[in-house]
Amino acid sequence: MADTTILEKDLHGAHAHGEHGHDDHDHHGDRYQSAFIDNYMFSMDHKTIAKQFLITGMFWAIIGAAMSIIFRLQLGFPGADMSWLQPLLGGWINIDPATGTGTLSQEFYYALVTMHGTIIVFFVLTAGLSGTFSNLLIPLQIGARDMASPLMNMLSYWFFFLSGLVMFISLFLNTGPFSGGWTAYPPLSELPQASDGSKAGATMWIMSLVLFVVSVLLGGINYITTVLNMRTKGMSMFRLPLTIWAFLVTAIIGLLSFPVLASGFFMVMLDRTLGTSFFLNEIYIADTALTERVGGSAILYQHLFWFLGHPEVYIIILPAMGIVSEVLATHARKPIFGYKAMVFSILAIAFLSFIVWAHHMFMTGMNPFISNIFVIFTLIIAVPSAVKVFNWIATVWGGAVRFNSAMLFSLGFVSMFISGGLTGIFLGNAAIDIQQHDTYFVVAHFHIVMGVAAFFGMYAGVYHWFPRMYGRFMNEFLGKLHFWGTMIGAYCVFGPMHYLGMAGVPRRYYSFETFNAFSEFDAMNQFITIAAIITFFFQILFVVNFFYSIYKGKKQTEMNPWEATTLEWTAPIHAGHGNWEGAIPHVHRWPYDLSRYEDREFIPQTEPLKEGEKDGGH
Amino acid sequence: MATSTVKKIHPKKFALWIGLTSIVMFFAAFTSAYIVRKSQGDWADFALPAEFFYSTAAILGSSILLHASYKAFASEKLALFKTFLVSGFVLGLAFVVLQYQGWLSLNEVEIFIHTNQHSSFIFMITGFHVAHVLGGIAALLFAMVYAFLPRYQATTPRRLLRLEIIFTYWHFVDVLWIYLFIFFMVQQ
Repeated sequence: MADTTILEKDLHGAHAHGEHGHDDHDHHGDRYQSAFIDNYMFSMDHKTIAKQFLITGMFWAIIGAAMSIIFRLQLGFPGADMSWLQPLLGGWINIDPATGTGTLSQEFYYALVTMHGTIIVFFVLTAGLSGTFSNLLIPLQIGARDMASPLMNMLSYWFFFLSGLVMFISLFLNTGPFSGGWTAYPPLSELPQASDGSKAGATMWIMSLVLFVVSVLLGGINYITTVLNMRTKGMSMFRLPLTIWAFLVTAIIGLLSFPVLASGFFMVMLDRTLGTSFFLNEIYIADTALTERVGGSAILYQHLFWFLGHPEVYIIILPAMGIVSEVLATHARKPIFGYKAMVFSILAIAFLSFIVWAHHMFMTGMNPFISNIFVIFTLIIAVPSAVKVFNWIATVWGGAVRFNSAMLFSLGFVSMFISGGLTGIFLGNAAIDIQQHDTYFVVAHFHIVMGVAAFFGMYAGVYHWFPRMYGRFMNEFLGKLHFWGTMIGAYCVFGPMHYLGMAGVPRRYYSFETFNAFSEFDAMNQFITIAAIITFFFQILFVVNFFYSIYKGKKQTEMNPWEATTLEWTAPIHAGHGNWEGAIPHVHRWPYDLSRYEDREFIPQTEPLKEGEKDGGH
Repeated sequence: MATSTVKKIHPKKFALWIGLTSIVMFFAAFTSAYIVRKSQGDWADFALPAEFFYSTAAILGSSILLHASYKAFASEKLALFKTFLVSGFVLGLAFVVLQYQGWLSLNEVEIFIHTNQHSSFIFMITGFHVAHVLGGIAALLFAMVYAFLPRYQATTPRRLLRLEIIFTYWHFVDVLWIYLFIFFMVQQ
């Protein structure tokens, strides 16, 4: 390579030469492979940590989704007998002694909604998605033996685990888990007398999330450092697969926004414990005025929260976008359309994500003239998003598409992203938001665009890289069944919600029985609930397929089963700690040389450019 | 292969800088919240305690001493290195003690963390800053253990790097305090 004067020894100094001593990454294979604890629990191998993130994420996904089924039962069948849930929910089902009918506790309904949001947003779609694939793919795709600091990487997982543990224990408190919504707005998150969930549940919720922030920061520092410092020889930034670009930018966004969330949470903690009133002012609870707690501003909390909260949705969706770009190109057998445009739109989305947060606050009494600015920037996000969508479509267009599970989920992602993104244009307008805010229209919008879409990206990634993780394939038939069930199911669940929302049905309500205006939607709510239950069972199918395939799936026989160009497929099946047995492969070209040559179907990144050949990405 | 001429930053040093960015965001959130809240009026003003001025001098002094100690270690003047390191550490401890004294003298004039919005912000921000300084103190302790253990006496690149990372963090919490101090002064 003429354009670099950096030696391999500079990139991997500690390993190629002994002068730095034994650094904390050991490149000569894991020396502790005999012990179960070192190998599977406190492993520092990024591949194992990725699996830990994934399986923990799956655990939480099942809990989070099951919670949504319980509150959907309440919404779809209000007044129905729920006493059969008593063995699971115990005291949260109130049994009427006269009739024996069980009803869901109203307090617990709010706890379920809160926990569902918290768990899915943070534990599943942040840790489970970005944690899994950043860990698995960053070292493998950039040609590094492990992360910059495998120790910090391991700590990142264990902080996540600890955070989950605190949250899990809070589910069993006798006053119930936190119930003030996943956004934890004061005063519900601050005053224990506000509700049962605002007592110990809120304390543990905040503790759990502070631990989670620590986990995200430790992970993020590592991802950024690794991508920027430990790329193999020849791997220039514009030869990085789009997955890596997405993970890098995701980590940067997280690093800049999560500390702000932590600041807000610490202020809530001080309000809860030391008697400050950062977010409290002249609150009345049960006809009692809290005269001591004055001068604070609840809207200030919302600013701090949404300064993370909005970038957070891109923390969730960008990794999915990266995965989808990679999977679409590989299985459509075509180079990604507009590689650089894709990179710059990721960067543009990241930049814009920091200046649109107040579009979550149009109806808080914020100055409407300030809303104007946020409306404009919000709508501008449509531009890079549309660039990405058109590029995905152009990538697939005319390709020799393999319709396997990974590809189907990627195509499903594009569909979901378009449908959910379009409704964002409505909600991004402050004027339309007067009607739509806090209705099921909002619920439908964000579930499709960042919930379902991000799940689709995650599924695409799992199906695609399952051989890389376990040396086996997932069952294709079950995978396709999973896809069609989820695709149709998700639209059946969230499609009708747009209609509910436009009719003004408010979100977060326990029951609409006392509102005659909404009684005509009973059948629609039932339909949504039934669709949600069916869709849930299709996800269980995925879990079964996943664990079955780990042990019994079709064995991977060739190193590069998808005929992909990227580096992760040049490492041996069941690679040990350190990934490559010999020297780290060097990179000579961009990652999308698919169907670009008459004589070759694809050319891996490791193959040198021919005389006079131009590198694709430039 | 060509010989290396590019000096690349060590990944660990790089990771430290990224970590520092997140601390900057943490305090940026606090000071922005301060500005937003102050602009809404109903803001009781009070003077910062004199101890905060002394503590500023202490942490500045400690940074200078620790920088000198790094230079001494790099040029293998080990006795000088240890002297500067210990005196820098003592000034660092003095900073924490002075901040604590500052809080006490605020308490003496009946200003507590829950007294008003202004006091809440002052106590909170200085408190979280001291928490970060205590992290630096722990790191300095770590550096001192290495400085005085017989088997770590010679200067090696690895030890120099370790020292540089610890001191960079220390200079960072120093600069962070200077920023916060000036911020409080300007906002008065």
